[in-house]
Amino acid sequence: MRSQMFTEIREVVKEGKGFTTLRFRFARNALPGQFVMVWLPDIDEIPMSLSYVEDFKGITVREVGVATRALSSLRVGDSIALRGPFGNHFEPSHGLNLIVSGGTGAASLMPVAEVVGDKRRVDVAIGARTRDEVIFENRARLSSSEVRVSTDDGTYGMKGTAVDLARIMMKEKRYDMILACGPEMMLRSLLELSKEYGISCQFSLERFMKCGVGLCGSCALDGKRVCADGPVFRREELESVSEFGKYKRDEAGLKVSL
Amino acid sequence: MKSLRVSVAGIILKNPTILASGIIGETGRSLLSAIEAGAGAVVTKSIGLNVRKGNTNPTLVELPYGYLNAMGLPNPGIEAFGEEMSIAIRGGAPVIGSVFGQSAEDFALLCSRMQKYGASAVELNLSCPHASGYGMEIGVDPDNVSQIIRAVKRSVSIPVFAKLTPNTERIVEVGRAVQEAGGDGIVAINTLKAMAVSIEARKPILSNKIGGLSGPAVKPVGLRCVYELYEELDVPIIGAGGIETWRDALEYMMAGAVAVQIGSAVGKKGLKVFGEIGSGLARYLKSRGMEGLDELVGVAHA
Repeated sequence: MRSQMFTEIREVVKEGKGFTTLRFRFARNALPGQFVMVWLPDIDEIPMSLSYVEDFKGITVREVGVATRALSSLRVGDSIALRGPFGNHFEPSHGLNLIVSGGTGAASLMPVAEVVGDKRRVDVAIGARTRDEVIFENRARLSSSEVRVSTDDGTYGMKGTAVDLARIMMKEKRYDMILACGPEMMLRSLLELSKEYGISCQFSLERFMKCGVGLCGSCALDGKRVCADGPVFRREELESVSEFGKYKRDEAGLKVSL
Repeated sequence: MKSLRVSVAGIILKNPTILASGIIGETGRSLLSAIEAGAGAVVTKSIGLNVRKGNTNPTLVELPYGYLNAMGLPNPGIEAFGEEMSIAIRGGAPVIGSVFGQSAEDFALLCSRMQKYGASAVELNLSCPHASGYGMEIGVDPDNVSQIIRAVKRSVSIPVFAKLTPNTERIVEVGRAVQEAGGDGIVAINTLKAMAVSIEARKPILSNKIGGLSGPAVKPVGLRCVYELYEELDVPIIGAGGIETWRDALEYMMAGAVAVQIGSAVGKKGLKVFGEIGSGLARYLKSRGMEGLDELVGVAHA
């Protein structure tokens, strides 16, 4: 059982424009890529990837709506209610891993870079829209041997996308695994790229979630439940998913083009 | 392997396990995945006339003995659901269309659409405890239920099942109303009206405050309802409520159910629960030297 538990915010870190990390103690085992359901009484309950998975856990929030704005304005000493952790997790290769992050995707990816525990086995490509939205660059440097950054508008690092970076890095080195999280269109291109190079990959996906435990079906991706069968999917699974990179479902279960 | 085939109001199921309504059944492919996992039949999420987003989260609370939910009947509406049905019926197992409405006319219209979409039967949700104006509020009045069943029976030729609420002392009366109005079967039970309060937040956890309790906690209630209904009725009964193992399924069958629905256990055990229950039942039949499950239905009444 992973029922609701309240915990106090111990640390608030502003990571960049619109990104806030909340740190708290939550003494349940968690693995990189897993998520928690965060309840804000009277507002909503939303899924959030864990951006720190040790006992001193954390989530990193990007302000996109009412619930994320409320989360971003919490202060040290405030409480949040969590249930979880839920879902499957990233499994890095024993060889060389390339981590590809788009936007807020870095939140679920940094823990995997850290659990590898060997800088020689991790490279990181971080893509963001603009300079202020590049998060966790220093954290990535501490756990990997090579970090490259791109921005859509060229205000920092290479001008381009995380997939452009990945393409360059894959030409230079032979990777055994690509671990990625970010906008689905980015992941779609990355899937094509990984097929081209014949590299295994694991992508963390997002769908509208309600229950978080595989019951309600809101987060259906073809016949898979993103909350319970995912959120991390392997290349072979994604190749057979007709909705990947095309559709998501809204709160009523209606198909919406991505 | 002994045959697990059962017949429910003329519909043949390769085994008696049925995916319960509201569990992953919002999309065609999810329904297919339950069929692939071994479900003998699947019931769709309850579909209404119009698009409905359902309640704001929290819509689910995990409890030590089950789940409390108040999804609030989210669904894409009957029009859009046709596409999902066209996918679900490719699975080769009966697809039962669950519907909810506010009036007999709503139910009749929804059911005729489900029939057109290829449903093998329809299940009337007369028992949702967490959507105002729908479900339980209309499903506790035998006269009302009788009217709805009659209207639906006039509009479809496929079997009509009524899913009943345990949140009434009149469940047998309601069941009798279903039978007398021409209903082809009873599904018992839907969730029990319930609540969870957060002492930290000092308020109910569910945004809807009240929800429905499911899982092992409600199994004894479900069994009692099935037992009472079986004593009084001739129409087949499909048991539901807290079934997680083949032993639970057998308890329901011995109490009078010809088939069983599995819901909450999908959250706890995943879709493999269908295969597990099926193979457990097959082993049981073999060890007892029995040919089929029919001889077990209702034996607890002897």
